[in-house]
Amino acid sequence: MPVPFSQLGDNYDIVVVGSGLGGLTCANRLARCGHRILLLEHHHRLGGLATWFKRKGHIFDVSLHGFPYGMVKTCKKYWNKAITASIVQLKNIVFDNPQFSLRTTFDREDFTRLLNTRFEVPLATIDRFFATVAAMNFYDDQAMTTRELFEQFFPGRSDVHRLLMEPITYANGSTLDDPAITYGIVFSNFMSKGVFTFEGGTDRLIALMTEELERNGVTICTGAKVEKILVDKKRVRGVNANGRTISARAVVSNSGITNTIDNLTDREIYSAEFLERAAKVRVNNSSCQVYFGISDGESIDDIGDLLFTSKAEQFDAAELLSPQSTSKTFSIYYPKTRPGQNRYTIVASMNSRFEDWAGLEEEQYRREKDKLITRTLADLEGYLPGVGSKIDWMEAATPRTFNSYTLHTRGTSFGTKFEGLDISRTIFKEVAGLFHVGSVGIIMSGWLGAINYGVIVANDVDGYLRA
Amino acid sequence: MTSEDIKEVIIAIIKDIDEEADFDGLDADKPLRDQLELDSMDFLDIVMELRKRYKLQIPEQDYPQLATLNSCVAYLQPLLQDA
Repeated sequence: MPVPFSQLGDNYDIVVVGSGLGGLTCANRLARCGHRILLLEHHHRLGGLATWFKRKGHIFDVSLHGFPYGMVKTCKKYWNKAITASIVQLKNIVFDNPQFSLRTTFDREDFTRLLNTRFEVPLATIDRFFATVAAMNFYDDQAMTTRELFEQFFPGRSDVHRLLMEPITYANGSTLDDPAITYGIVFSNFMSKGVFTFEGGTDRLIALMTEELERNGVTICTGAKVEKILVDKKRVRGVNANGRTISARAVVSNSGITNTIDNLTDREIYSAEFLERAAKVRVNNSSCQVYFGISDGESIDDIGDLLFTSKAEQFDAAELLSPQSTSKTFSIYYPKTRPGQNRYTIVASMNSRFEDWAGLEEEQYRREKDKLITRTLADLEGYLPGVGSKIDWMEAATPRTFNSYTLHTRGTSFGTKFEGLDISRTIFKEVAGLFHVGSVGIIMSGWLGAINYGVIVANDVDGYLRA
Repeated sequence: MTSEDIKEVIIAIIKDIDEEADFDGLDADKPLRDQLELDSMDFLDIVMELRKRYKLQIPEQDYPQLATLNSCVAYLQPLLQDA
């Protein structure tokens, strides 16, 4: 159980600010190394964007849409067996758009079959493409864009480009104009064995992680908002939270990287050169979601686990982000998601821009949210005719919602573009003892990326404290 | 530490990381990564364990020196001579 703020000690080895999957994993790894850790979270619940909420007996998962098989090894090493054992495959991934409609297990074998038989791409080309993306490293040359990569292997084939790109755009917010490596690394991760989910839902995962953290001696405090990270003579001294000073030899910020630099610290602690680089960091786009709860006792047909749907003629990143976009994913949660709880829920997700929602007056904002729900329900009826009469809860989230719960700059749901990684990884060279973990640089985002990045940063912190 | 001791330490650490790792027929001159299906995260675990056990600080640019069992020995022996 979280510790009341009034019972916290005055000093710890490390304070972790924020409890996204990166922050939680970093805290756990460092606790296992023997450090005394305090984890502070401003919200009443741990998990950051790995979160859920309850309405009328329904549990809605916000970001549990599917992660790569790599989670099995990662959870086994950095969490525990109970968590690892709950990772299960989602076998029915559906694409439906004006260019093609198909169902796939979303792995290399099935994609090879589809590309060869449905899209008539020669096997040799497919193999060369897979070999090329599999060999990509995050430190490779960034000159080539994903568009150029696709044109090299599948020139003029907008249908193939769409099949390959669309899921990754939803997974990490990247587009055809981002470096090819930000595509290749994430795509290869999924292609190794397909798409996986967590049985029991996000609430169960976070509960198991909380237990593990407590077993390893991490002090957890929720409802504790860090106002400032304290720095003296280029060295971290601790944090100010809820008006109180807590000292620490190292602070790991799991707040957004832009938020860490702009709000949690004073700008004068950084060199001009660092601030210049940091100013160039672009935060990624945000999301809209619509949540549908099916009435208790009702059921829906199995139409697939994850549906990539669009009415746009071709894949178009701008269309995908527009408030009127017809492109969205449907994550369908059948009773198998939470065994024992016989419920169906559906979460529609769209990529969107903070600017399109930020300036709306309250009344207009409410109306636009209602319109979003109506449009999304109409699209869902196309796959589940008559579903409207079975739904007893509908609700929408916008970039404003993401901003208010995560405090992320412009409500970003995919962290930053590629350049954020370098800033995140070099911040401790600016201020001794200050570290950042969180979704940066696209490849370090998503559930698997965030957890692995938590371990990478834990290594930096441990190295600093033991030096 | 002798070179044999260092090899044993590395193998013991990898066993802790991956209990199913198969060391039969391991070639000490060939990359551990390919033979034991290790990834960059596994090498990070090795580095952290070496730091914990021997207070060794291995900078990131030296990680490639840990590629094979023999290169581990060559790199670590001078650092662990008193261990």
